[in-house]
Amino acid sequence: MSIIIESDLCTGCGQCLEVCLFDALELVGDKVAVKDGCNLCGACVAVCEYGALSLPEDETPALSRPSHGIWIFAEQRRGRLSPVALELLGEGRRLAEALKIPLAAVLLGHQVRDLVPELMAAGADTVYLVDHPSLAQFLEEPYAAALTALARLHPPEIILAGATYVGRAFIPRVAAVLDTGLTADCTAFDIDPEKNLLLQTRPAFGGNIMATILTPRSYPQMATVRPRVMKKLPPDNGRQGNIIEIDLADLSRPFRSRFLETVSEITETVPLGEAEVIVAGGRGLQEAKQFRLLEELADLLGGAVGATRAAVDAGWISYQHQIGQTGKTVAPKLYIACGISGAAQHLVGMQSSDYIIAINQDPQAPIFQIADLGLVGNVFDILPALIQQIKANR
Amino acid sequence: MKIIVCVKQVPETQDVRLDPVTHNLLREGVKSIINPFDLYALEEGLRIREQQGGTVTVLTMGPPQAEAALREALTYGADQGILLSDRAFAGADTWATAFTLAAAVRKLGGADVIFCGKQAIDGDTAQVGPELAAFLDIPQVAWARKLTFVGPERLQVERLLDHGYDLVEVQLPALITVVKEINEPRLPSFKAKLKAKAATIPVYSLSDLGLTENQVGLKGSFTRVVRVFPPPARGQREILQGAPEELAAALWGRLQQMHLR
Amino acid sequence: MDYLLTEEQTMLQELALQVAQERIKPVRAELDEKEIFPRDLMREMAQADLFGVIIPEEYGGLGLGCLESCLVLEAIGSACVGVGTTFAATFLGAYPYLLYGSEEQKNRYLPVLARGEQLAAFALTESQAGSDAGAIQTTAIRDGDSYVLNGTKQWITNAGEASIYTIIALTDRTKGPRGASAFIVEATDPGISFGKKEHKMGIRASATAEVILQDCRIPADRLIGKEGLGFIIALRTLDYARPGVGSLALGLAQGALEEAVLFARERQQFGQAIISFQAIQHMLANMATNLEAARALVYAVARYIDQKPREFSKEGAMAKLFPTDMAMQVTTDAVQVLGGHGYMREYPVEKMMRDAKILQIFEGTNQILRNIIGQALNKEYTKKR
Repeated sequence: MSIIIESDLCTGCGQCLEVCLFDALELVGDKVAVKDGCNLCGACVAVCEYGALSLPEDETPALSRPSHGIWIFAEQRRGRLSPVALELLGEGRRLAEALKIPLAAVLLGHQVRDLVPELMAAGADTVYLVDHPSLAQFLEEPYAAALTALARLHPPEIILAGATYVGRAFIPRVAAVLDTGLTADCTAFDIDPEKNLLLQTRPAFGGNIMATILTPRSYPQMATVRPRVMKKLPPDNGRQGNIIEIDLADLSRPFRSRFLETVSEITETVPLGEAEVIVAGGRGLQEAKQFRLLEELADLLGGAVGATRAAVDAGWISYQHQIGQTGKTVAPKLYIACGISGAAQHLVGMQSSDYIIAINQDPQAPIFQIADLGLVGNVFDILPALIQQIKANR
Repeated sequence: MKIIVCVKQVPETQDVRLDPVTHNLLREGVKSIINPFDLYALEEGLRIREQQGGTVTVLTMGPPQAEAALREALTYGADQGILLSDRAFAGADTWATAFTLAAAVRKLGGADVIFCGKQAIDGDTAQVGPELAAFLDIPQVAWARKLTFVGPERLQVERLLDHGYDLVEVQLPALITVVKEINEPRLPSFKAKLKAKAATIPVYSLSDLGLTENQVGLKGSFTRVVRVFPPPARGQREILQGAPEELAAALWGRLQQMHLR
Repeated sequence: MDYLLTEEQTMLQELALQVAQERIKPVRAELDEKEIFPRDLMREMAQADLFGVIIPEEYGGLGLGCLESCLVLEAIGSACVGVGTTFAATFLGAYPYLLYGSEEQKNRYLPVLARGEQLAAFALTESQAGSDAGAIQTTAIRDGDSYVLNGTKQWITNAGEASIYTIIALTDRTKGPRGASAFIVEATDPGISFGKKEHKMGIRASATAEVILQDCRIPADRLIGKEGLGFIIALRTLDYARPGVGSLALGLAQGALEEAVLFARERQQFGQAIISFQAIQHMLANMATNLEAARALVYAVARYIDQKPREFSKEGAMAKLFPTDMAMQVTTDAVQVLGGHGYMREYPVEKMMRDAKILQIFEGTNQILRNIIGQALNKEYTKKR
């Protein structure tokens, strides 16, 4: 299945080759031809001035929409909700209103009923509660079994989950078994008003390009969502909702994996994810010991130290500090980027920060494109001067 | 012990950009490599083989050129490589990819352990491993950083979660996705390089796997890319140049405005 | 330059360069600074089959020749000559039994060396016997089915780290150099011990110490070849090893040249990159030209040795003399191109300059090598008359 080419109309101008993300077009003689790998994204159709390209007609019949609304997975651990659960309810509320359908939270765990009011206050119309000893600790098998069974019982139109380690570990199992698509790590959603479909946007190609993805021929439409990107609603304790508690017989079967113990908790002085100020360093710091400057400044500002993949790969600082596509996503009030060029892989992890200050020697560095305040200069000169100023003024 | 390692061939750098004005794709000539995370999966497979005996089979789906990734895997000491390649497989999303891989695993008679890297650096989805485990109906442990055999068919796995590390026990056959901390991948060996050069790489096509066109590739995929665009730039920016002391003073002023100390 | 390497040679070279770039380069400064013996790196190089290069296939090696070993040593030397020396010392230790050993000796020692499970060392030098190797005092006295060794070997690379030592000792004091014999001594043999690790100017990752033999009793079948062959074996071993030292020098100079060119392209003075100044260009041009000349010489000699000529002492000496003098000059010039930066430990070229010096000293000082070449010339013209 691929793009349809009207060879008579094709002038061989090559415009379409330039825009094909999948490198699926080639010129054969003076006409364009499709190779393997066409994803039907339609980018070429849009640029063809001669109308030589078109998308094949959608031959799948429209499915009827399931009736149980939008679900968000309310991730919790030991009776505490993960912040992403509330963020998903905030975003879910917006989407539910656009689609005029209800919003539900799915709460899986053991002895977690207390969390129901918090979910309702955060925007849930309904809470599906599965309370079972098998769900006391996270394991892929029982969690996937529970969510799959629920979705078969009360088919939803959309399922959103946090793109946390937990969410990304088990949600794909659910999508596989439900025969439906899943988009990873989304950073924005919208609704296609004609088809009432969820437009799922995520960074692609290492984060240098954003891609919008549809799940056009199956329900539920599923996505995991990057934490700290969506906004939660102010809690409304007056909100009312239904609680539907479900006893799944399936959970009493023996599972082939079992939880033994938590070996170690990640401890950070100020956890990166929760820091209001982050001072981050990149390749421009040149060596491990320069991170001490950053630590000193972060301490003075009550913040945490972050780093780019380049700095982590160079061994200057541990992976726990990595921010970006393959590290953490952060959204502090203030982000100070020191010696960071601004590779897209890093930007996706910090561009939701409220205020970004960048210090870099190269005025052309891409980091300046997204910085609110950019300082062109040497980090090793500017930071000590700043540290001195702060100390002098305390 | 029958060990299967799934790998993906990816472009070495992710430096694919869109021209912000024309939206044309700026593609730089980059070479293809094995997804770096998959090398940790392969290393773990090789270590388990050294401990427990058995064979390591490396599996990839891709165009004919993806054979190079398998040959590279052989230079590290894998026993065989198998390429899943067919025009019909093109354009697959994670569901269709995992579905195809599952058919290949079944054709190979299953495995005791399947290893995958935690995610691929081009797609960053981390979905194919768990989806493959679901299709094979085997348990899975994602984000493993340490494995210990506690019986012939039982593994204890230390794995990374959001709060720290959990220890879980899993019954084989199982699928494990690994993070970088799990090991230090070895270097190729010269003898294995010689062998890899001469090795035959079997290719499984759609019909070899007994699948139909509607189950694989773009047709078998449930997701569609409908639009691509460059990441949005931010609003009003202010760029200052000058002596370090002046810049530090400006910065200090801004921090004070923000009521940060 | 294309030296018309075979596909197999290119594969081996690429593998060794991968080891150098990915494993050695990131740690070389620390190994140097803290004088850490590169045990882990030796394990990795073994895993990559690099220890097997010169060992025949029937003993588990790759069965390759002098040129291949030179390609590997050049690659390793481009990252760190200290690591390269540690690695090369095993070749030096192995040549005696590889060339003159009994089938039993080969079977016992070559496979473990090929797998890199153990390291080897070669012990000739003593406190009074450096360039004058004939002045050694260590003795080996036959006693029934054993030999008993006494004496102290000085500045032995891998001493204390290696498991297998080739020791040159006198079995007959009255015969002078003709009374020397070569023995294999294992680190677990009774009576062998090691002095303290020396602190060196360069190649600080390598371990250098005394090997002390006090009534060290070994089975008589550890004698390599026959009694009295000791010096012939030692000199032949050095003939084979010298292009390897030259190769370490090639790698070292290549590394220094690259640092110098990259720095000169980046460094701005008087408003432009310093590489745009002719003074710098001429230095770099001389460095590159001498390096290439040395490489052509080393490869040519290595290929010649691989033809199994009867005599190649002169060529072997040339293949160490010229490249090591070249490496000293190139690394010194690299420091000069980097200027003050080059003198700082933050940059790798000062280490390279320190490492270069030993190459002119060990495995035959460059003065002794000139003697060898000069004497060979004299001999050749005597014959011709």
